[in-house]
Amino acid sequence: MANSKVDKGRRRFLVAATSVVGAVGTAAMATPFVMSLTPSARALAAGAPVEVNISKIEAGQQLRVIWRGKPVWVVNRTPEMIAKLPSVDPKLTDPDSEVESQQPAYAQNVHRAIKEQYLVLIGICTHLGCSPTYRPELAPADLGASWPGGWYCPCHGSRFDMAGRVMKGSPAGTNLEVPPYHYKTDTTILVGVSKGVA
Amino acid sequence: MSGLVNWIDDRFPLTKVWNEHLAQYYAPKNFNAWYFFGSLAMLVLVIQIVTGILLTMHYKPDTMMAFTSVEHIMRDVPGGWFIRYMHSTGASLFFVVVYLHMFRGLIYGSFKGPRELVWLIGMAIYLALMAEAFMGYLLPWGQMSFWGAQVIINLFNTIPYIGDVVSTTIRGDFVISDPTLNRFFAFHVIAVPLILVGLVFVHIVALHVVGSNNPDGVEIKKLKDKNGIPLDGIPFHPYYSVKDIAGIVVFLMVFFAILFFMPEGGGYLLEHANFEPANPLKTPEHIAPVWYFTPFYTVLRAVPDPWYGTLAMFAAIAVLFILPWLDKNPIKSIRYRNTAHKLNIVWFAVFFLILGYLGVMPVTDFFRELGTRATQIYFLFFLVTAAHSRPDKRAMYLVWFIALAALVLFTDWLRWSDSFTGPQRHYFWMMMALPATYLASTLLLPLFVGRCNAEKEVPERVTG
Repeated sequence: MANSKVDKGRRRFLVAATSVVGAVGTAAMATPFVMSLTPSARALAAGAPVEVNISKIEAGQQLRVIWRGKPVWVVNRTPEMIAKLPSVDPKLTDPDSEVESQQPAYAQNVHRAIKEQYLVLIGICTHLGCSPTYRPELAPADLGASWPGGWYCPCHGSRFDMAGRVMKGSPAGTNLEVPPYHYKTDTTILVGVSKGVA
Repeated sequence: MSGLVNWIDDRFPLTKVWNEHLAQYYAPKNFNAWYFFGSLAMLVLVIQIVTGILLTMHYKPDTMMAFTSVEHIMRDVPGGWFIRYMHSTGASLFFVVVYLHMFRGLIYGSFKGPRELVWLIGMAIYLALMAEAFMGYLLPWGQMSFWGAQVIINLFNTIPYIGDVVSTTIRGDFVISDPTLNRFFAFHVIAVPLILVGLVFVHIVALHVVGSNNPDGVEIKKLKDKNGIPLDGIPFHPYYSVKDIAGIVVFLMVFFAILFFMPEGGGYLLEHANFEPANPLKTPEHIAPVWYFTPFYTVLRAVPDPWYGTLAMFAAIAVLFILPWLDKNPIKSIRYRNTAHKLNIVWFAVFFLILGYLGVMPVTDFFRELGTRATQIYFLFFLVTAAHSRPDKRAMYLVWFIALAALVLFTDWLRWSDSFTGPQRHYFWMMMALPATYLASTLLLPLFVGRCNAEKEVPERVTG
């Protein structure tokens, strides 16, 4: 035995074959480990739609509700706010809401809403996820004379107008997202599902 | 006693380990105050582990209970406030000590051969420490915990194509919620500490193979007496073990002064907004990371595009890893390097502090531009360091100057936008003086003034 010639090719084959089997086994075992880090069935089920009564929102007021753990804003815009929207266009990155992922097709209009009076938005900055502050007043001292009213993100200074459209020069690249929603009645909105979708 | 030691020695290398790492580990005799920070970092690690274990006995990693359980620790648990403040003060002082430890390595060239691996392992420790601190900060479940984590996790969202999947997997949900808190608790109390302790062990083993550097940057192993002991070496124990105790006493005075008199550190060690429970509907008016992350946070904010900003932030940390291969100057210690190099280090230290200051301030036009210029200088430092590797080739300074000035102008051209307002344009041009002065003082000065390029001769033996 001691003097018998070592078959190196065979040894290499065995080492390689064992390594491959070991690697496959490790990968198989690691799969449930990694899978356990992804959202659980409970987290997936938590996405139920939310009903909002809009009759109590006063003119110019913002209502915050929670949908899928995220803030959703419903704003009762005054006629002056609505009338001012087109005049802000030159300052905006995407005035015509052309980025399709940011709103359902039925909100891709000047007001980014089904009914122009009520704006529904996901209140999460499209930059790094802070929740911008509602600043409807015109030209406050800290935001400058040209402030048209809208939202200001305290984290990194992104600016959005009264339709959630992002202003040029903001760290955020896209408009605030409009969630799917529809009117159940004249005074109730269901956030989370579009009309006709079960 | 010696009978017991002999009995153990036959079964475990107790005396051998004691001698190799303490009683017969020869360290240079000229260590100064900068050399306290290594042992202080170990002390803080021990403080954090001990107080951390005690805190886990009362803390509840559940979004409904986390905030109140911390208040419970602060009010109801006997000595709870003391343990909690030790842990929170320790976190900040850990970074103070580690930053000073790293700066020591920078000025005395401790990262250079043969200690590259010691530096790399140390940088890995620094990374693990940042992960540890970040995840620990979520646990009190205050407003800053929540929104700070929201911003940092969303950094991963900016990765093209897979960003969504990555950030969802980190959170374990589509938003920061209970699963996120639970897993951060797991990482914070067991996974990362295990890695940290392992890395610290390897850091010291590697250090004891190559031997400690010193303020003169002289290799003491080159000159040994007839017994093979370095002429300039003294045994770590008892000489430095006793010296380190003096450092520990001073450190603990500072530590407990903060703990007893200003545990919140004016809102910088424990941010005010974090005394309010996390509210996913409302971001605090002004959010900033804890101070030890702010230099990198400013780098992130300096780049308008979120994905490139994230890359820049990680690059600012990654570039430290390759420092041993950028600074190829054979002289280790700043004591014997030329004036230009000294200026370079001063600029770096000052602008690192400026980056840190800007990170806690809200963004204004002035601060935004200053942050961008400070970011440019931060990165230029590493390239200028490479330029200073060969002071004998003075003409090359001009080439470097032109190349780096062109680089600055190129990045300025990339970020210039016609939508800049009047003040933004004003600051843009005004603060161009910063990188210009920086490059002139570190490259043109040694080119034209011989005195500022002259290096001193490194002595054979350590001084003092």
